[in-house]
Amino acid sequence: MPIAFSQGFTPHPKISYASAAPTGVGSEAEYLEIGLQAPVDAEALRVALDAALSPGLDVLEAVIAGPGSLADRIDASRWRLELPGVEPEVAEKAVAAFLGSSEVLVERMTKQGRRSFDARVAVTRCEVADAPDLPSEAVAVPCAIIDLVVRQVTPAVRPDDVLSGLRVVAGLEPPVPPRVTRLAQGTLTAQGEIADPLDADREDVSIGER
Amino acid sequence: MSVSSVFPQLEQLLPRVSKPIQYVGGELGAVVKDWDATTVRWALMYPDAYEVGLPNQGVQILYEVLNEQEDVLAERTYSVWPDLEALMKENGVPQFTVDAHRPVKAFDVLGLSFATELGYTNMLSALDLAGIPLHSADRDENHPIVLAGGHASFNPEPIADFIDAAVLGDGEEAVLEITGIIREWKAEGRPGGRDELLLRLARTESIYVPRFYDVDYLPDGRIQRVVPNRPDVPFRVSKRTTMDLDAWPYPKKPLVPLAETVHERYAVEIFRGCTRGCRFCQAGMITRPVRERSITTVGQMVKEGLEFSGYSEVGLLSLSSADHSEIGDMCSGLAEQYADTNVSLSLPSTRVDAFNIDLAQELSRNGRRTGLTFAPEGGSERIRKVINKMVTKEDLIRTVVTAYSNGWRQVKLYFMCGLPSETDEDVLEIAEMAHEVIRAGREAAGTKDIRCTVSIGGFVPKPHTPFQWAPMDTPETIDRRLKMLKNAINSDRGLGRAIGFRYHDGEPSLIEGLLSRGDRRVGKVILRVWEKGGRFDGWSEHFSYARWIEAADEVLPGFGVDLDWFTTREREEQEVLPWDHLDSGLDKDWLWQDWQDSKSEFEQDDCRWTPCFDCGVCPSMDTEIQIGPTGKKLLPLTPVNNLRVPA
Repeated sequence: MPIAFSQGFTPHPKISYASAAPTGVGSEAEYLEIGLQAPVDAEALRVALDAALSPGLDVLEAVIAGPGSLADRIDASRWRLELPGVEPEVAEKAVAAFLGSSEVLVERMTKQGRRSFDARVAVTRCEVADAPDLPSEAVAVPCAIIDLVVRQVTPAVRPDDVLSGLRVVAGLEPPVPPRVTRLAQGTLTAQGEIADPLDADREDVSIGER
Repeated sequence: MSVSSVFPQLEQLLPRVSKPIQYVGGELGAVVKDWDATTVRWALMYPDAYEVGLPNQGVQILYEVLNEQEDVLAERTYSVWPDLEALMKENGVPQFTVDAHRPVKAFDVLGLSFATELGYTNMLSALDLAGIPLHSADRDENHPIVLAGGHASFNPEPIADFIDAAVLGDGEEAVLEITGIIREWKAEGRPGGRDELLLRLARTESIYVPRFYDVDYLPDGRIQRVVPNRPDVPFRVSKRTTMDLDAWPYPKKPLVPLAETVHERYAVEIFRGCTRGCRFCQAGMITRPVRERSITTVGQMVKEGLEFSGYSEVGLLSLSSADHSEIGDMCSGLAEQYADTNVSLSLPSTRVDAFNIDLAQELSRNGRRTGLTFAPEGGSERIRKVINKMVTKEDLIRTVVTAYSNGWRQVKLYFMCGLPSETDEDVLEIAEMAHEVIRAGREAAGTKDIRCTVSIGGFVPKPHTPFQWAPMDTPETIDRRLKMLKNAINSDRGLGRAIGFRYHDGEPSLIEGLLSRGDRRVGKVILRVWEKGGRFDGWSEHFSYARWIEAADEVLPGFGVDLDWFTTREREEQEVLPWDHLDSGLDKDWLWQDWQDSKSEFEQDDCRWTPCFDCGVCPSMDTEIQIGPTGKKLLPLTPVNNLRVPA
């Protein structure tokens, strides 16, 4: 691919990641922008990148970027939090306590040291899914699933911060590390849904098969 | 019986450890095969952290050579950091491969590549995590053959109790031959069990199986003899030499890691072996003779390796790259081919002469100019004669000054401390040299804005070198000299400001010395250190000198010897050395003569350009020097369509 490079002594490929998921969580919705030296068919780029990437890293779609930056189109994320070993009723009580608080202070180690911040303010949705279709291996084990929408704020509130918040307000302690997956990123609509950030660029270009 | 992935269990632990990405695999170039569709299965281990192990050339080459065989499966495993090791033990997750996360214990062979002896404790951690008994004697048919390779395997005696076999020398053909032996033995229904398999390996006369040899000691602690304990194994085991490197153009598909690693480049070995004859250099002694890869094969490998990997850096590696018979054409040809790209080319530079600068200049044509490195190794002309690194003080200063006047602003100089016969004065001359380099450099460059870094480490005598008989200096002596040198460099503030000083303490070198020239008794020390928690001994933050001293004091007196006996003691000509039954091709009499020549400061030429001086390697190994020039040139690359979409 004729990828573009930055200027300077050690040129770097022009790739920028918009709000990358934290280490240790799954994601089905990561977005990145790539600068190219020459026009390239978007689908051909998708196929070539997908072929070079590791199994499990799948490039689903590429569009030619219109004006404006990708980062401006992303202000919220939707997450699925699976809590094996946690009864849905227990999770529901914790979620209710969390949502009922005006502020939930949590702590996390950052590069600047230990910081305390409000995990509640960024959360626009937090619900326990009622009839979870459980992964087959977990048939005998209860597993609460939380549907979470978090706005991008500074400092960033991540799913593990919300889990810390559930511990703070309701003493929720999952027996094994929860499995967290990002389901979507984009602009938060007035209805509380997340709009796909690529929508705006889809009109006139060839679209990858999904 | 199929083997399942341990990833589901491992994944639970990954959120709790540092840099979890190093354990997930999935690199470009990685190969995952169907377990049941293969008959011989290798786990290849570089016994250090992933970030160090992944770029290792030896492992990458063997990985590819083995996986090209249809019925062979090779996967890689690396040392896990102590945080994950503790969690794996707690949760019963075994040592795994990063490719398909299969348990190491399920493989036929666990092949370990030891570039340094400081990886020995990490081997014990891996065996322990894998559920493989630490001692060879305790293993049965259900356990892999634990096989050591790499430079340290030229004296595997300190790990003789833990390994089942060792291969000396080049691995390309050895791994295929071993595969063949295992394939046949399995097809026959594993007759005679593990012992029979090891015997078949030993009968090749180039695979060392320590259990078939007994070591007898003299009352004073020296070795009396090392002899086979059964009639059907050879008295001496020979090293392997891969001839015609053009026939082995590996790695073709270099691994591209997702995690950050110490080298992120496509490395091409432009030749193997070195006959410069630096007396401290084990690599130069045990890899003889010189075998060049031709300019056209190198060009082809660079082209295909870059296309496959997308790397933007190419390293043209060898023990003395400027010595390749067509290095000039190779560098200018590659520089031309990649002039308008983001590919940067580099050459490890150890030769101290102006030609090296010409080459560096050629390679940095596209404007990217990194530091230049020269390795005079010894501070005084006298000590350079002792080690056979032939360069005068005037040449050295002239070369470095030429670099500055050609636009380089940063030059690194590599030295060793603790060389045989070294005095304080030899080391202090490094400061004089560095001062002179800066003084003359400022004048030549017309600017004060130049720097040089003096990098110095402790010398470790190695087996199969003329210094195998030499006494080591104590860590106290090394550290005292390094301190004196530092003060001397800073004695002139104006010049000292432009000189960086990097050094390695003497203590780790002494332990490396114990391990490199140790015998089977040292194995008990290694085990004791590991039991006390010793891991990652090559890392200063994990290495504990006190732990090694404590273990040596517990174990060695029982044998009537001690740490000094193995390290600071000079050996006599007649002493049986622990590795005498392992044949690197070097004639022991020639090595001894070279040791004597070193003492009288007599220099030895390079047989690449001068007549044979009878080191013994070529006739005893039936090999020959293979060098060009071929007279061929690298042609301009035909412009490729940038957009290449895989079918």
